Order: sequence, then C-alpha cells, then structure tokens
Amino acid sequence: MRLIIATSALALAATGAAAQTASDVAETYAGIAAAAYADAVEGAEGLKAAVDALVAEPSEETLAAAREAWLASRPAYMQTEVFRFGNPIVDDWEGKVNAWPLDEGLIDYVDASYFGGAENAFADLNVIASPAFTLNGEDVDAAEITPALLEETLQEAGGNEANVATGYHAVEFLLWGQDLAADTDAAGDRPYTDFVTGADCTGGNCDRRAAYLVTATDLLLSDLEWMAGQWAEGGEARGEVLADPDPAVRILTGMGSLAYGEMAGERIKLGLLLQDPEEEHDCFSDNTPASHYGDIRGIANVWYGSYTGPDGEITEGAGLQDLVTAADADLAATFTAELEAALATADDLVARAAGDSAYDMMLVKVDEDGNAVIAQLVEDLVTMAGSIERMSAALDAEGVVMEGSDALDNEAAVFE
Amino acid sequence: MRRIGIISLLVALAGAASAEEPALQDLHLPLLPRTAEEAARIAAVTAPATDFSALESFEELPAGAATVRASPTSDAFSDPSANLDGEGRMDFALGNGIFRKVWVSAPASTQASDGLGPLYNARACQLCHVKDARGHPAAEGEAEVALFLRLSVPDPEAAIAEIAGWIGTAPEPVYGGQLQNFALPGIPAEGRLSVSYEEILVPLAGGESATLRAPTYALADLAYGAPDPATMLSPRVAPQMIGLGLLEAIPAEDILAHADPDDADGDGISGRPSVVWSLEHDAPMLGRFGYKAGTPTIREQSARAFLGDVGLSTSLLPQPAGECTLAEALCLAAPHGVDATAPGAEDEAEALASPLAEEPAIPLGIEVSDEALELVTHYSRNLGVPARRGADDAEVLVGKEVFYAAGCPACHVPKFVTGRMEGESAQSFQLIWPYTDLLLHDMGPGLADNRPEGVATGSEWRTAPLWGIGLTELVTGQQSYLHDGRARTLLEAVLWHGGEAEAARTRVVELTPEDRAALIAFLESL
Repeated sequence: MRLIIATSALALAATGAAAQTASDVAETYAGIAAAAYADAVEGAEGLKAAVDALVAEPSEETLAAAREAWLASRPAYMQTEVFRFGNPIVDDWEGKVNAWPLDEGLIDYVDASYFGGAENAFADLNVIASPAFTLNGEDVDAAEITPALLEETLQEAGGNEANVATGYHAVEFLLWGQDLAADTDAAGDRPYTDFVTGADCTGGNCDRRAAYLVTATDLLLSDLEWMAGQWAEGGEARGEVLADPDPAVRILTGMGSLAYGEMAGERIKLGLLLQDPEEEHDCFSDNTPASHYGDIRGIANVWYGSYTGPDGEITEGAGLQDLVTAADADLAATFTAELEAALATADDLVARAAGDSAYDMMLVKVDEDGNAVIAQLVEDLVTMAGSIERMSAALDAEGVVMEGSDALDNEAAVFE
Repeated sequence: MRRIGIISLLVALAGAASAEEPALQDLHLPLLPRTAEEAARIAAVTAPATDFSALESFEELPAGAATVRASPTSDAFSDPSANLDGEGRMDFALGNGIFRKVWVSAPASTQASDGLGPLYNARACQLCHVKDARGHPAAEGEAEVALFLRLSVPDPEAAIAEIAGWIGTAPEPVYGGQLQNFALPGIPAEGRLSVSYEEILVPLAGGESATLRAPTYALADLAYGAPDPATMLSPRVAPQMIGLGLLEAIPAEDILAHADPDDADGDGISGRPSVVWSLEHDAPMLGRFGYKAGTPTIREQSARAFLGDVGLSTSLLPQPAGECTLAEALCLAAPHGVDATAPGAEDEAEALASPLAEEPAIPLGIEVSDEALELVTHYSRNLGVPARRGADDAEVLVGKEVFYAAGCPACHVPKFVTGRMEGESAQSFQLIWPYTDLLLHDMGPGLADNRPEGVATGSEWRTAPLWGIGLTELVTGQQSYLHDGRARTLLEAVLWHGGEAEAARTRVVELTPEDRAALIAFLESL
C-alpha cells in the first residue's frame, strides 16, 4: 500500500514538472503570436498611411514610399506563418490575407501577352475597368469599390482560388504591376501615373484603381486586426493554445507543415520543377527571398522562444527547444544546427537578390548559382522536417501530422 | 417487363463470360495477404448496421485515420489525408501546385509548363475540379467549363479479346473521344455543348412534390463539319476528388463479392464489375474511376484527363497534339510542348516504341514528365474525406434507418476495409465509409446516356460514392449532382434513380415528409 502511494506521488510530481514546462512553452508561443500579429497590424497601418499619401498625391516619391511600406510590412507577417496548420482559426482565415498565386487580370489591366483563360471567366475581368459585369449569371454592380465587393463577390469568384481580390498580393500587384522580365534584375514597374486622376492618368480608370488600392489595404488592416485580437488576452486562439495540455503537437505540426509542404514543396520546389518565373511567392515585387527568410525566422522564433519585432522589442520565454532538450539533447542540438543552416541559405538568397540577381532569374537558371542556392534551401527545409518528425516521436506528441485530432485512432484501434 | 428481359440477357452474357476469365488482379497495389483472423474481423466490422439508435464505432470517420477535420470553409475538400507523413505532405503540396498550374501554349519561356492543347477544355485541372469538388453546369448564358461531352461511334470490330462483353466503340472520326470547346489562337475550337432543360413535376406522398429538370444535349457551333450520324454523346461533369486513393485501395475481391450479375438473391439489383484494359499494367483490371468505371487507377485517370481535358501528353498517353484527329490538320501542325530535357524524357524512347507509334501522322512525345504525373496522382490519391457532422443527431439516425429500409445500401455499400499494403501508405488497412460498391448498375432510361463504354451499357452507371456529399454547397456554392449535374438537390438526385434502383426510389416517394426530411438530413451529414 505504501509503495503504491509513493509511486503515485512520484508520477504526479513528474507529470507536474512536465506540465509546467509545456504550459510555459504554450504561454511563450501565444505571446509571440500576439506580438507578431500586432506588429503585422502596425506594418499594415504604415502601409495604409503610405497608400493614402500615394492616392492623395501620386508621384514617384509617394509610390516608392508605398512600396517601401509594403516591403516593411512583410517580415512581421511572414513570421506569423508558423502559426498556420496547427491552429484552425488561422487556417480558416489565412486565404483572405495571403492568397497566392493570383490571376491578376481579375483586378486590373495586364500585358497583352498575358493569356487570361477563357475558362476562368474572371481571369481577365479587370474589375477596375468594369463598373458593372456578370458573375455566375448574376449582374454585379461594381460602380463603387467596397470591401464587400472585394471579399464577398470577387475573392475566389467562381470557386477559383486564383481569383484573389484581397490581401498582401493584391496590394502588391497594384503597387508594382506585373513583373514581365524574368531574365533581368527588375521587378514590376507600374508608373505612378496609374494613380493620377484626370488627363495624366495612365492605364485608365485611375480613380477606380486608387479606390481599389485603398479598399484592399483597409481590408488587409482590418483582417490583421481581427487575427491579432484572436491572440490578445482573452482571444479565442490564445485560449485554445493555453488550454491545450500538449501544445507541442500544434507547434510541431505548424513548424513541420510550413517547412515541408508549404515552403519546400509548394512555394519553392514547384518553381524549380516547372522553371516558371511566375512561381514566385512575392512575384510582383521580387521580394520572395525575404519572404522565405521570414517564414524560417518564424520557425526559429517558436523554437528558441524568442521573437524580435521590427522595432527591436523582444518577446521571450520557454521555447520548444527547452522541451526537446529535456527529452533528447542531441536531437535538439541537431535541429538547431539545421535551422541555422536554413537561415543562412535564405540569407544568401536575400543577399543575391539585393545584388544583381533576382529570384525569378534564379528560378529560370539565368542565374545558375542562384538556382543551386534555391535547391539547397529545399534540401535544408527537408532536413529540418525530418528532425521535426523525430522530435514528435521524442516528445511522444501523438498526432502531429494528423491535424491534432485525438478522435483519429490508429489502425490497430479500428478493430479493437 | 421488356426492360427487365434485356437486362437479364446482358447480365447472362456477362455472367457466362466471366466464368472463363481469370480473377481480376490488383496489379496496382502492393497488397499483403489477409490472415483468416483479419478476414473475420473485417467481415464483422463491415456487416450492415442493425441498431440505429446510436452511431456505429468509427462511423464519424469516413476515411478511417485518413479522415480530415471538417473545415467550415470552402477548403473542406482540399486537405491531405490526415495520416500522411511529412514527405507525403510535401508531395501533396507539389501535386496541388501542378493541379492548379495554368498551362500555356508552346513554345513559352516556361519550358516545363507549356504544351497546352492545341484543343482543350481547360488550362488547369482545378478550373473544372473547382475546390476539388464536383463541378456543375454553367449558369445560363455562360460557357460550360466543368461539363463536357464524350463522343463515340459504334464499332463492332473494336473488341478486346481478353475482356468478355466489351461493347465495341471508336472515337468519333473527326472530333475524337471528347468535344473540346477551347483551342489555341488560330485553331478553331471544336464546338460547344448546348443544353436545354424541361421541367418535370414529381408528386410525393404527404402532399409534397419535387421538380426535376430533364436535360437535352446537342452539339453546337461545330467547326469541323457534321459529325458521324451514328455519334453518341455522353455529358460528364467533373467529379469530386476526395477519398480516391481509398477507393483505389479496396481489394478487387471485396468489390466483386458484392457483384450479383444474375441477381441470384432476387433483390432486383445485379451489380456488374467494369472490366477494363489497363494502359499501365497491360492487362485486364477492375475499372473503378469515371462515371462508368472506365479506368482502373488514379494514374491512368490523371493521364487521360491531362490528354483529353488539357491537351497534354504523358508517358502513358504520349500524343502531344492531345485529342487532335487526322481530320484536324491545323491542330496537328501546331507547335507542341515536348521538352527533351524534362525529367522523364528518357522514358520517351520507350513510349515511342508503344503500339501507338504505329500511327505515323501523329507525333509522339511527353509534355508532362513522369515526375509531374506522379505528383498529381499522389495529390489526387490523398485529398482527404472530412469527418461527419452531426452524425448522431436524432433526425440523422432516423434518416440512416430510412436509408437502410429503402434499400439504398444494396448499391451504396456503406463500409469497406482497404487492403493492407507493404511500405508506408496512408491508404493501408483503413475502415472506410464511401457508400458505393464501385459496380455498374442499370439506372433506367431517365439517366441513360445510351452510349456504351467498355462493358458498361448505355443505361449503366457506376454507383457514386456519397461521402462528403453534404458539403457540396459549402465547397462549391451550389448543389449539383449526378453525372451531368442535372440534380439541384439531393432529393432530385434520388428521384432520378430508376432501373435497378426503381424500387428504392418508389419507397422514397412514398415516405412521410418527416422520414424523407430525415433521409436528406442523413445524406447531408455524410
């Protein structure tokens, strides 16, 4: 009897210690999410100010400032992508703000060589030039460009995911225009006169283009504010994380899915496979290397339990690294080395793009060395994902690649 | 009475022939043998439900461990099998990229993604398979995208010696096997499909009624002259993509166990396997995919879709001119997208040595590499089936009992267990709830396209899987069911059933309004 009591007490103590650490990690994870989404909101506020200035007084300078503001708004958002996949609230919302790739002809004029699909009736809709049009047999009044028009009518029109009307990439297209040169170090080059009302307007419908840009920017800001609220004190996403007895599952699912399927796969390797300059995440601005870097930095944040915002403010606490180190110190050290290697490779891409190369040149092998670096980044991410799978075993985090549903029994249980 | 006689004759023919055939092999599956103990457990777990007061074990997980969360968004059909490992997820993401890839005409700067057409129905897979869900007819006044016409003419000489009961047909001589309503600039599109509907009022017990719309199809704006007068048309809407890998993993033996070609049990329902010739395995196999189960594997189905729908060649079907026929000269002469440096091009020599190479006027080559075909196949195999919603609601459980009492499970077989397979497979040994027997059934004159395909007659169709059907409107924004999307509600779809399903349909007509509503609630929970 006494022996049994002693054993139970020991077990309780051990469970208590582990739970303490796991809840610390959950606390940090939610805190980093709150800080990063709040910074993304701040970035979008800066973008809004710059866009308003551009529309009020279009010039080379105000357009350049708006592009700068867009670029400055990206790093904080990219570092939030690690919260996808493990958090359904984020997954059900993400398409509104970062959907990609897009048939930009839905939004505005495109180059004549751009082959808008007759089967995607909306790929060359050009809503900026169309105050009224027919959509799925219904007449749409687009005389006024409203948030509802963009997010309810146009976004995914006809169920086609390439019909992207809102989010960062819609704004990016309006600020840069199409990047038609894959073989030179040049991004899209929309003239500021596209926003000049009156006789000097280029591209037609400058007032509607300005209205679209302002509306899409406002929507981006309000969508980000909503998500920041989900992670703030009392927010639903935060509550779910803090109530999760085993937060490692969602953290590892997010890290693994982002590194492997999303980044290494869809965003990077597909472009190598197809050698298609359009397979570039930030294709209008040629900002792709920086967005890749931000994604990996986001993984590092939850790993180390430390996030540094654009203003230098640090949010830190227990990271997943602490849990893994306690379970398997060698594995933790290996993953840290792999993560740092991937960051270095992404940094190399950023440096090359800052020089006389560009991501699309690397993709189509105009820049062969750069192409090899992109391939290296895929390898680095795949290597990381292998360790992430080992970590879920080490932490006994059941269901990491199963979207975390405990209801999903293993095959043995099916026939219990 | 006469109709039944005809069915019996066909069934008798098929039955007589099948005795001489070797058993159909699952040449596509690395199956491990089942132990006697496993077989007994499988028999127990797949036995029809008898207690409708509560859920059966695991009933809420239609795809077993591969079941995905039922996302409340239009992305509900787009998640990968939940039990897919990391590498599988990456390949899924890559396959998704190719699935949404918009193909361009050759030559183009994007050397690995050109080769479109010259004739095509869509430039990307997902333009028809919108959100990985079933397509629907276009709104009035808009061009059809997800609905197209298959074409053929009778050809008694086109027999396959190894497959008994093969009904000989050939592609229409000018327009080929499918009508493409788009073409590259400078080349006339073949034409378009024209559809008109006639409303039919169906009275139901309890003072209710339903209105069916009966379609009539025709060819319009034909660019290459009149078609052969014997041309047969079959409208097909893009099918939903979820759970395909699990359907592919059901051992053929378990499907054949439900076949009853002579209706030996006298329930009025026969059920015949579609036996097809596999391009990939060069042997007769069980057909599983397509509205008449004309294709044995997802890889072949993908290759056929690349060729017929997008005009892209693969090593399985190496015709870069797509569906161009010898009568379509401009089409044949257009530049193609064969890329000698593409991955998989080394297989081209082998492909050129295939029997198709004997046709000298049609150039051969590969536009979609084996790697890309494999990724799309993997993607199609792993689109996850969402968990049931509200499966244990009282009304849903009543509806389930109605479903059983009406006789629906005779064809919409609720449960199977997939084969246990060597290596890591998300499809291995799962208890699944697809609600299909994957067999051909005579569905009566109302649904008949009167266009035979392989061993399937002009009035036979493969039982459609019902999993995920209740999420159709969430995912696509509207309801649309059956092979041509004519049904606008689940009840309309049920009321179109005839032939072998006539008795079940009559039972649904005669239900009280409450029971009918419960039946629909059950279907919506799937």
